[in-house]
Amino acid sequence: MYNNIQEFYNTLPLVIVAAGILISTVIEMYSNKSENFLSWFSIIVFLASGFYSLFTLDARSIVLQNMLATGGYVNIFHFIFTFSAAIVCFLSIDYLKKYDAYFGEYYILMQTSVLGMMMMAGAKDLFMIFLGLEVMSVSFYVLAGINRKRLTATESALKYFLLGAFATGFIVYGIALIYGTAQSTSFETITAKFSELSGNLLFLTGVLLFLIGFSFKIAAFPFHMWVPDVYQGAPSTVAGLFSTAGKAAAFSAIIVSLFVLFTSGAMRIITPYLSVISVLSMFFGSIVAIAQTNIKRMLAYSSISHAGYLIIGLAASNTEGIAGIIFYLAAYSFMNLGAFGIVSIIEGKEETNLELNSYRGLGTRQPLLAALLSLFMFSLAGIPPFAGFFGKYYIFIAAIEAKLTWLAILGVLSSVISVYFYLRLVVLMYFYDSSEQIEIEKSNSGLLAVFISAILVVLLGILPGSLLNLIISYL
Amino acid sequence: MENNFLITYLILLPLIGAFGLLFINKEKASAIRYTGLIFSALTFIVSLFVYFGFDHSSSDFQFIHKFEWITGLNIFYFVGVDGLSLLLVLLTTFLTPLTLISSWSSIEHKIKEFTFFMLLLETGMIGVFVSLDLFLFYIFWEAMLIPMYFIIGIWGGKERIYAAIKFFLYTMFGSLLMLVAIVWLAVYASGSLGYFTTDITKLYLVAPTITKDIQIWMFLAFGLSFAIKVPLFPLHTWLPDAHVQAPTAGSVILAGVLLKMGTYGLLRFNLPLFPDASLYFAPYFSVLAIIGIIYGALVAMVQTDMKKLVAYSSVSHLGFVVLGIFAMTQESVQGAVIQMINHGLSTGALFLLVGVIYERTHTREIADYGGIAKLVPFFAFSLMFASLSSIGLPGLNGFVGEFLILLGSFKSGVLNSWWFTVFAATGVIFAAVYLLWMYQRVVFGEVKNPSLNGLKDMNAREIFVMIPIFIFIVWIGIYPSTFLKVSEKTSAKIIHQVFNPVQTAEKLINNR
Repeated sequence: MYNNIQEFYNTLPLVIVAAGILISTVIEMYSNKSENFLSWFSIIVFLASGFYSLFTLDARSIVLQNMLATGGYVNIFHFIFTFSAAIVCFLSIDYLKKYDAYFGEYYILMQTSVLGMMMMAGAKDLFMIFLGLEVMSVSFYVLAGINRKRLTATESALKYFLLGAFATGFIVYGIALIYGTAQSTSFETITAKFSELSGNLLFLTGVLLFLIGFSFKIAAFPFHMWVPDVYQGAPSTVAGLFSTAGKAAAFSAIIVSLFVLFTSGAMRIITPYLSVISVLSMFFGSIVAIAQTNIKRMLAYSSISHAGYLIIGLAASNTEGIAGIIFYLAAYSFMNLGAFGIVSIIEGKEETNLELNSYRGLGTRQPLLAALLSLFMFSLAGIPPFAGFFGKYYIFIAAIEAKLTWLAILGVLSSVISVYFYLRLVVLMYFYDSSEQIEIEKSNSGLLAVFISAILVVLLGILPGSLLNLIISYL
Repeated sequence: MENNFLITYLILLPLIGAFGLLFINKEKASAIRYTGLIFSALTFIVSLFVYFGFDHSSSDFQFIHKFEWITGLNIFYFVGVDGLSLLLVLLTTFLTPLTLISSWSSIEHKIKEFTFFMLLLETGMIGVFVSLDLFLFYIFWEAMLIPMYFIIGIWGGKERIYAAIKFFLYTMFGSLLMLVAIVWLAVYASGSLGYFTTDITKLYLVAPTITKDIQIWMFLAFGLSFAIKVPLFPLHTWLPDAHVQAPTAGSVILAGVLLKMGTYGLLRFNLPLFPDASLYFAPYFSVLAIIGIIYGALVAMVQTDMKKLVAYSSVSHLGFVVLGIFAMTQESVQGAVIQMINHGLSTGALFLLVGVIYERTHTREIADYGGIAKLVPFFAFSLMFASLSSIGLPGLNGFVGEFLILLGSFKSGVLNSWWFTVFAATGVIFAAVYLLWMYQRVVFGEVKNPSLNGLKDMNAREIFVMIPIFIFIVWIGIYPSTFLKVSEKTSAKIIHQVFNPVQTAEKLINNR
């Protein structure tokens, strides 16, 4: 498998998570009171893997028979996945207690899903992408329905599974066509053969099917139908993971597989497709979000519209676009996790306090939570000096560099629309007085997670250069 | 170049004050008020240091502080002042402590949050005026919306939520298009310079080389966002709502400083960056300005609410400023600059006075008043003084600005028609009509409303707020040179940039 020990070290981020899965499984099998231990254990696994990735950015190599890349921007993705998952674990500790819905597999599945994401981000072969995607998705299907006592959770899991399987079908078909025309699934071979393939209609159809499949995974219009229902039914913490790390993973797969196309003529066919779904996602997400009364559904539609902004970076198909996407994903992960985190803290037993109206007057009742949630909302709306703003700025630079100014203009117009619903939450929290008193259970670990996210959102907003230069230099 | 930290202190002081407030118990109201006041007063003192250290004979940016902020994009933290921004910074630092004093008793709940947002707002406003990098400018420009939004939304009147959202969405809409234009400029600059830049001193050299067709679009993208802020007719509809619903301090800052950001933006960015488009659009913007002058005045005349009347008068007065900017003569631009300050002082004073009386009677309806001259002589005098200043009585500040603008637009080669001046001049007459008529109905006559009988006159604190404003109103009226000479070179430079765009991108490339 490994040619030398260095290669093993390079894959250590994945190995740590894999080992974590095995250890957690064994512990879960032999212990009845594993809940507390497993939560902290998985946090440690995630953080260890994440920080190891961050400190070994230079360990660039391609290992496992040309299957997996390590180091460089791949490790930045690893960090985003693991760090988001760690934040979700922090949030889960009290959330699961609140629902009395702890099942041993919860943290194990979280780790497997992250392993799947890491495989996707580092993939050098279509098979690896598929493998990673399935490892991630299957874990997600179960996680969505983890609270099996609740009907909505089961519905959410089933919907997610059916549509997810459908999307996977597209991807497999796409891979089959690509393999059929290129006689290989390795990116290296496909890249080498690219000049002769780019005129081949079957090959391009394969690429397009592949992209459509991933459009499901990134929740882009018109492949978004599952998003609101799944987010609403799934536990809030898990929904946070879907919308951040899950989305980032799908984007990483698109980036690693499309990177070779960027300099080629094939973008002529793909850019229009991407531009159209980007515009539709942005506007559909922002407009429909206005009509939502449930905060999780609102965040779901907001995530559709954010997928639209991210696709602008893909459509631009230049290095700025890729760097922009990675930055945006990091920023988006932290702000969205923060928002979902606060939702999960405020959420009461039996799925109460999820209506927007429950947030009325929160500013006086829970000043800290309200202030943090406003911060996340301003960041999601793209208002400086928060991280979301710089993400958009950089994506727009990419678009304008690629002569897609019209896409940037439509992007800002949709942000104006989105400001309305993000601010509505702030309006409810601060400008109205609370009519009813809502019991909010204290969650110190949850608060810590939200706090870390908030600090990151502010830091990435004020000093975006720190992360951006890292991304650019390791692209 | 030697970095000068003075401007950075100016930006940081209110910010430090705001975050310092977080550590004060919210029950300790007076400690919070004094902290806010001390920090804003300190900021004013620092701004005086800037004023006295400023070299009037130079049109360059001074007190520059520059370091690389986001390396990959060549975005700099780059601040400094020239004559134009110095005056506006002084206006900001001058008005903020006064508004804090004025809300001493009118803001009673959530004092801590209020002071926090006011200080944050001050940082934002100063930042807008001193930023010399478009990216930095945009950050301050947008970030400043957040505190203002909360100030209107939490402490405002009955319709505050509607007003706050309308204010936010209007401004956001304009500024996001400006963001695209900023990005476009940065990318364009990378085409001729080889690197991205949002540094305006470099863009001053590069941007005028853009072809006229594109300049027109860029001008509109920047111009829309500034025109909304000014507000220029027909984009003014957010203003009456925001002004009327905002608490007194919010109205004063809105009218006194925030509106100036629009006109400042036109002078700082639109004219020098897109000279061809500016010359092309000058007549159109001037027509809109004149419609604004007359329309604002006519609508102000029929208002029954004092605050709304003052709000519409702003539309009219800012029309003068825009006319002065687009007449593009030395006199008119100087007039526009001084008129920005004047409007900040006189409309600020009017809003403060309306706030003073509202706090006592809880009504702003003109019809509810009448004959209060006998009851509240100090108030009556102050209102007269502020109204006359707003009308433009010779000897007071308003006259200087309006006269210069009218003179400049009359001899303007760009507008090339004296009709502009004729129509604009009617605005002065209308101003006398609506303000004096309001004055007459509120202050003179018999006391018809029995609930007014116990009305108390302005207390020492309220008088203390008005005195410095009145001093400057008289000072500018009698000896405007103190202020005109600050902006003289800068105005001349801006006009020069429009008529002789330095189309020497190559020179810049060689010098880098």
